[in-house]
Amino acid sequence: MSFLEYQLKTVPTGASKILHVNWALVVLLIAVASTGFLMLYSVAGGRMEVWAEPQMKRFVLGMAVMLAVGFVPIWFWRNMAGLAYALSIVLLLAVEFFGSVGMGAQRWIELGPLRLQPSELAKVTLVMLLAAYYDWLDIRKTSRPIWVLIPVALIMLPTVLVLGQPDLGTALLLMTGGAVVMFCAGVSLYYFGAVASLLGGAVTAVFYSRGTEWQLLKDYQYRRIDTFLDPSSDPLGAGYHITQAKIALGSGGWAGRGFMQGTQSRLNFLPEKHTDFIFTTLAEEFGFVGAFSLLVLYTLVLAFCISSALQNKDRFASLVTLGIAATFFFYFSVNMLMVMGLAPVVGVPLPLVSYGGSSMLVLLAAFGLVQSAHIHRPR
Amino acid sequence: MRRSARDTEESARKITRRGLFLGGSMVAVVAVLGARMRHMQVDQADEFRLLAEDNRISIRLIPPARGLIHDRNGKLIAGNEQNYRVVISRDDAGNIDDVLNRLSGILPIAPEDFERALKEARRRSPLPIIVADRLKWEDVSKVAINAPALPGVTPEFGLSRIYPRDTDFAHVIGYVGPVSENDLAKLEEPDPLLQTPKFQIGKIGVETWMEENLRGKAGNRRVEVNAVGRVMRELGRQEGVAGSDVQLTIDADVQNYVQARLGEESAAAVVMDVQNGDLLAAVSSPSFDPNLFVRGISHTDYNALTGNDHRPLANKSVQGAYPPGSTFKMVTALAALEAGTATAATSVYCPGHYEVGGRRFHCWRRGGHGHVNLEQALTQSCDVYFYEVAMKVGIDKIAEMGRRLGLGMRHDIPMSAITEGLMPDKAWKRERYAKEWVIGDTVNASIGQGYVLTSPLQLAVMTARIATGTAVSPRLIQSVGGLPVPSPPAESLGLNQAHLAAVQNGMYSVNNTRRGTAYSSRVDDKALRMAGKTGTSQVRNISAAERARGVINNADLPWERRDHALFVGFAPFDAPRYAVSVVVEHGGGGSSVAAPIARDLLLRALSDGIPPASAYPASQRNRIDTMHRKLLLRDPDGTLPESSRA
Repeated sequence: MSFLEYQLKTVPTGASKILHVNWALVVLLIAVASTGFLMLYSVAGGRMEVWAEPQMKRFVLGMAVMLAVGFVPIWFWRNMAGLAYALSIVLLLAVEFFGSVGMGAQRWIELGPLRLQPSELAKVTLVMLLAAYYDWLDIRKTSRPIWVLIPVALIMLPTVLVLGQPDLGTALLLMTGGAVVMFCAGVSLYYFGAVASLLGGAVTAVFYSRGTEWQLLKDYQYRRIDTFLDPSSDPLGAGYHITQAKIALGSGGWAGRGFMQGTQSRLNFLPEKHTDFIFTTLAEEFGFVGAFSLLVLYTLVLAFCISSALQNKDRFASLVTLGIAATFFFYFSVNMLMVMGLAPVVGVPLPLVSYGGSSMLVLLAAFGLVQSAHIHRPR
Repeated sequence: MRRSARDTEESARKITRRGLFLGGSMVAVVAVLGARMRHMQVDQADEFRLLAEDNRISIRLIPPARGLIHDRNGKLIAGNEQNYRVVISRDDAGNIDDVLNRLSGILPIAPEDFERALKEARRRSPLPIIVADRLKWEDVSKVAINAPALPGVTPEFGLSRIYPRDTDFAHVIGYVGPVSENDLAKLEEPDPLLQTPKFQIGKIGVETWMEENLRGKAGNRRVEVNAVGRVMRELGRQEGVAGSDVQLTIDADVQNYVQARLGEESAAAVVMDVQNGDLLAAVSSPSFDPNLFVRGISHTDYNALTGNDHRPLANKSVQGAYPPGSTFKMVTALAALEAGTATAATSVYCPGHYEVGGRRFHCWRRGGHGHVNLEQALTQSCDVYFYEVAMKVGIDKIAEMGRRLGLGMRHDIPMSAITEGLMPDKAWKRERYAKEWVIGDTVNASIGQGYVLTSPLQLAVMTARIATGTAVSPRLIQSVGGLPVPSPPAESLGLNQAHLAAVQNGMYSVNNTRRGTAYSSRVDDKALRMAGKTGTSQVRNISAAERARGVINNADLPWERRDHALFVGFAPFDAPRYAVSVVVEHGGGGSSVAAPIARDLLLRALSDGIPPASAYPASQRNRIDTMHRKLLLRDPDGTLPESSRA
C-alpha cells in the first residue's frame, strides 16, 4: 500500500500524533530503564555519576529519538529501508578496517562523541529491509526457492561481517531476527524444518566427531562447551563467572538480600556486573520478586508490540514491529538464559538495563519504528 | 504494486497466525525463564546462600600474646614487642616491580629482601608477600602516607618475641622460632595456630618446655573478603586467651653477675638455694644472643657460633658431663662412713702413691701427705686416703651414695638436653662393656675420675644435699600464670648427722685452714664463711713416659688438653643458704681458677648487689675491687651500660 491509499482523515497528522503514541509501551520502557538506573546505582556502590547518570542522559536522548522516529510516517521508513541497510553494511565494513578493538573484538567506530556499534544498527536495518522486501514481494512468490534465497543472502551478509569481528552473540541475534521476519511473512515451514534438522545434524556431528580423526572442532572449543555444560568442571577458569553468577542469583532467595546489600556484586565476585551480568545483581538484591517483575515488564513490552503488530493491516508495519519485538525478546531471553547457566556466555546485554550507549539508542530508535507503525496504522 | 484484496486478506491472516505462534513461543520461553528463576531462587536459595557466605566470609585466627617470662623478682626476661611489617598483595598492586621500586625508595629494604619479594611476586602466588619485617613505626607511617602511590601495599602489625637480657638467659629460656615441618610432624593434632604464617614456637629451653603454658589460645575474627581475598571489614571477633606468664626462680641480677664473672671462659656455674632447691643462677659461658634466632640468624652468625671451640650454643650447666675430680671425694667419704668401713678418725698413711693389683696410683702430691684422717684428707685433697677408703667400701656403695646425693640421674627442670651424667657401678659396666669391674676402676672412681661423669647442676644438687642432709631437688619455675609451683619435697636423706658433720667440717677446712686447697678463696666475714671442695679433673691419660719426664705444667699444654677446674661449695657455713658449683673447662686447677669464682658467686647470692669488700681477706680486697669494677654488668633495667656498646 502506498500512502495514497491511507485514508488521510483517519491517519493523525501534526501535533495530534502525540495522542496516538502507544503510551503504554512508553511507560513500560521507562519502567524497565528505571530498573536499570537503580541497579547501576547499586553496582557502583551507591554512586550516581559512575554509570547511572550517563545512562539516564542517554535514555532521555533515546526517548527523544524514539518519539522523533515515531512521528515520521511509517512509509517513509519503508522507503528508507534499503538505504539504511546499505549504510549499516558500509559501517560494518568500516569497523572491519578502522574499528576500535574492545574486549578482543572489533566492534565500534568513533564518530565524534558518539561511539557507534554498527552491529547493533544492523539488527534493526536488517529487520526493516526484510519487512520492506516482503511488503514488496508478490505474496504468492513468498515460498519459492529463489525468493527465499534472496532474504537468506540479505541476512547472511551482515551476519558474516559480524562473525568476523568476532561477535557470536550478535551474529546469532541477526540470524534469528531475520528468520522471525521470514517466518511471519509466511515462508513455508518446510524451509524452517529443513534448516532446523540441518542444524540438529550439525550439532550431533560435532559431538560425535569428538575424539575421532575427523573431529570437527578444535580441542579448546570442546573444552569451552564442557565448561558451559558443567561449570563446576573448571571452577576457577571460564566456569568461574557462570558459577558466581548462579550463586548471586540463587542467594537472592525469595525477597533478595536488600538494595545495595548483594555481597556477590559488592565484593566483586561477579564479572561484568554493570553490563552483561547486571541481572544477577538485580536477582541477588531483590530476589525472585524483583527478577520475576522485570521478566513480567519485558513480557508486557512484547505483548504490546505483538498486539499492535497484529492489529496493523499494513504488511511492512506489522512485520517490522514483529521483527523488532523478536529482536528485543532474543536480547533479554539470551541474556537471562546465559546468567542462569542455561546458555553459553556469548556477551549479550540485558536490553535497556545493561550499561551501554549505542545499544540503548538503537533499541529506542527501533521502538520509534514500532511507534511510527502504531501511530500511522491504517484505520 | 497493487494486490488483490484476497491476497491482502490472506497475507494478513498468515501474519496473524504466525505472529500468534511467535508470541506463544515467546511466552513458553518466558515460562522456562520464570521457572528456572523460581527453582534457583526459591527451591535452591539456601544452598546458594551458603555458597555466597562461603565466598565472602573467611575466618582468620588471631594469634594470642605469648606469655611473658620474669625472674624471681619480676624482672622481664622474655617479652613481646610490636612488630610492624609491610606486605604486598599482587592482585591489587598492578605492576608489582614498579610498586616495589617505589617502596624501596621509602623503606630501608635490604637488597636480598627486595630480590626475594620480587621472586615471590613473579611466582604469582595469590597470598600477600612480606616485603619488609621488623620496621619502625616511622617507616610504617611513611608507607601509610604514601598509600595512593603504593597500590596493594598494606602495613600489618603483630607481636614478636624479644629477650631484653639477651645473652644472660640464652641457655635457660632458649628462644622461639618459626614453626618447622619437623615441629608439626611431632604433634598428633597440631594447634591450627601453628600453621598461621610467621607464628613462632619455643625451640629450646623454657620456651619449648613451657610452650603449652606460654602459647595461649587463639582468638578468631570473621572477616568479609572480596573476590581477590582482600579483607573488606570485620564481622565479628572472638578474643583469644593470652599465654600464661612464667616466673623463674632465677634472679636476673645474680645470673648477670655470674655470666659476667665467668667472662670469656668456657665454663658453667649453678647457684642453688639449699633449702628449697630454687636455682638462683644457671649459667653457661660463653653465651649467644637468642634474639638472633628469633629474627632468623644469618649464616655468618650461625657459623661463628658453631665454629667456636668454646661451644657457645651448648648449655654446659645441665648438658655438660664432666669428671667431677676431687669434688667427688665427699661421696666416697660418706659412703665409707655410712657403711661403717671407716670413721672420721680413721687414719691412712699417704706415701704419695697407692699400689693395688700390680698397678701404682699416684697422689696429686708426689711427696705424699703422711698420716691423714678424713678432715685432713678433704682439706688437702689427699688421693691415697680415698683410694684406701674406697677399696674397703666398694664401688656399689659409693655409687649408691652418689645417686642419693643426686648424681647419675636426670633432674627434672624445664631446660633442654639435660644430661643424666654417669654414676658407674659393677652392673653398669657389665651391661655397658660386658666386662667385669676391676679394682682400678674403683680407685679411679673414688676421686671422681674414670667413668664418673657429672653436670654442674648435679654437683650443685650434691653440695646442697651434703649441706642440708635433705634430698633437695632443683626448681626452675616459681609460678605459672600467678599460681606458685610447689617446691619438690625435700625429705631427709637419712644420713647420720655425725657423718654429715665430719664431711661438712672437712669442706670447711678446705676453705678456712692454712693447708686447705681453697684457703686463698676464703671468706673473711664470719657470718658468711663458706665451705667447699676443689677439683681438678684430667681430660687425658698421663702416660708412663710423660710421668717419667715429669708432669707437664698445665699452662704449657694446648687449651683443649688442659685439666678442667672445678669447685663446689656452700655458704654460710653455720646456716647454709646457697650451694654453688663451678666448672671451668680446661681452666687448670680447681683451687686457683674455680674456687675464687665460686666464692664470688656465693657472696653475690648472699648480698644485695656486688659483694662487699669486707667479706674478702684484707690482702685481696684491692684486687677483688678492681676485678669487680671491670665486670660488665647490666643496669637494673637489663640494658648494658652505654660505654660497653661501642
